[in-house]
Amino acid sequence: MLPEFELLMPRTLPEALEMMDESSRVMPLAGGTNLLVDLRGRLSRPQTLINIGGLDELRGVRVEDGYIVVGSAATIADLKRNALIAKHGQALRQAATVFANPLIRNRATIGGNLAYGSPAADAAPPLLVLGAEVELLSKDTKRTVPLEEFITGVRKTVRHPRELITAIRWPIPPEGSVGVFRKLGLRKADAISVLSIAVMLRHKDTGDCDQLRIALGAVAPTPIRAAAAEDLLDGRPLTPEVIAQAAQLASEATQAIGDIRGSAAYRKRVITALVQRLLTNLAKDTKEKKH
Amino acid sequence: MKAKAITLNVNGRQHQVTLFPNVTLLEALRDLNYTDVKNGCEKGDCGACAVELNGRVINSCLVLAWQADGARILTNAGLGTMESPHPLQEAFADAGAVQCGYCTSGMIMAAKALLDENPNPSETEIREAISGNLCRCTGYSQIINAVQMTAEKMMQQKAQE
Repeated sequence: MLPEFELLMPRTLPEALEMMDESSRVMPLAGGTNLLVDLRGRLSRPQTLINIGGLDELRGVRVEDGYIVVGSAATIADLKRNALIAKHGQALRQAATVFANPLIRNRATIGGNLAYGSPAADAAPPLLVLGAEVELLSKDTKRTVPLEEFITGVRKTVRHPRELITAIRWPIPPEGSVGVFRKLGLRKADAISVLSIAVMLRHKDTGDCDQLRIALGAVAPTPIRAAAAEDLLDGRPLTPEVIAQAAQLASEATQAIGDIRGSAAYRKRVITALVQRLLTNLAKDTKEKKH
Repeated sequence: MKAKAITLNVNGRQHQVTLFPNVTLLEALRDLNYTDVKNGCEKGDCGACAVELNGRVINSCLVLAWQADGARILTNAGLGTMESPHPLQEAFADAGAVQCGYCTSGMIMAAKALLDENPNPSETEIREAISGNLCRCTGYSQIINAVQMTAEKMMQQKAQE
């Protein structure tokens, strides 16, 4: 049995914004795949839930002024099926295919995945390499926050209690961009990530690549970018030596901890190996493109 | 906490019910005697409570009944009858895929979602499709056989039409 709460059912976004207030005892509810589990375990005790999952304004994926804009209540299954995401958010699409399990994917939303502020949120590393921003709306304010600044700690975000996440957006990647996502779980499906990694780069006609970005999940209090590794690789040919060095730097960027899913040392070693493997594969693609 | 009158449209039947906001769709369905929908883990790990909500298979333990007000709900019992079972229901019986039976309804709903989108799935795709459903009897081989048998049968039927 779930604890008692009030449930408000707004029919429009303005109605929903009107219902949000200063108190953190008021919480938005969309897919419920995290929130209802926490309520049942008494880990969260809101007085009032506001059902925003059904709001049309928060659904769908669209192109707007050179950006891909995803409604915050778009489900992970929506992302997996969407042609715009397949083309302009490759790493995110790959994350959507290994996210939890098919039943959860039909309910869980992209906004919820970020709002929860988990270091292991599978949507976060792909969105970090895409340079995504989070659109926050309240009754009388509107702001856009880079995802890197949105999640500030374990289960902590900059969202004000009055604000709703209305959309996630990123600039359409330039021609030749490729993205990949890998997740390590304790089993193939329905697993919380032991660690996850997203890489994105642009293959140039010259056979080189640039705009290389690496993001890591579940190896620090928040999902992170591996900035030192990115700087090292920027504009340089992806030789085995440079790749090995970058993989080492990526591993050093982590603040991995040991928990029930793996030790800190294990996480650091696997990050090195995975960054090296993904970059090597992407470098091979660049070479093949040249010839 | 105030109760509210809502409509649950289950397997083509309309039910007017007055429920508190903290009642899950799973609890509401079982109270309406749709006991084919099983209560397993109540946290979205086991899939025993899987039903279709507006055409998408979901865990009914993670949906509040109010969120399903007016939506189309389909449970395993709504797929067929004893006289005229759904091909999946028939194949689960024929393949010995029903052991204790607790996971069966959810497994069939997850398998149906797969076959609706992909009439000729590989074994890997079947395993992926039922990855949100646990069988504590561990009879996965028979369950996978049953889905494969169903796919073959349904494709043959299609070809004959």
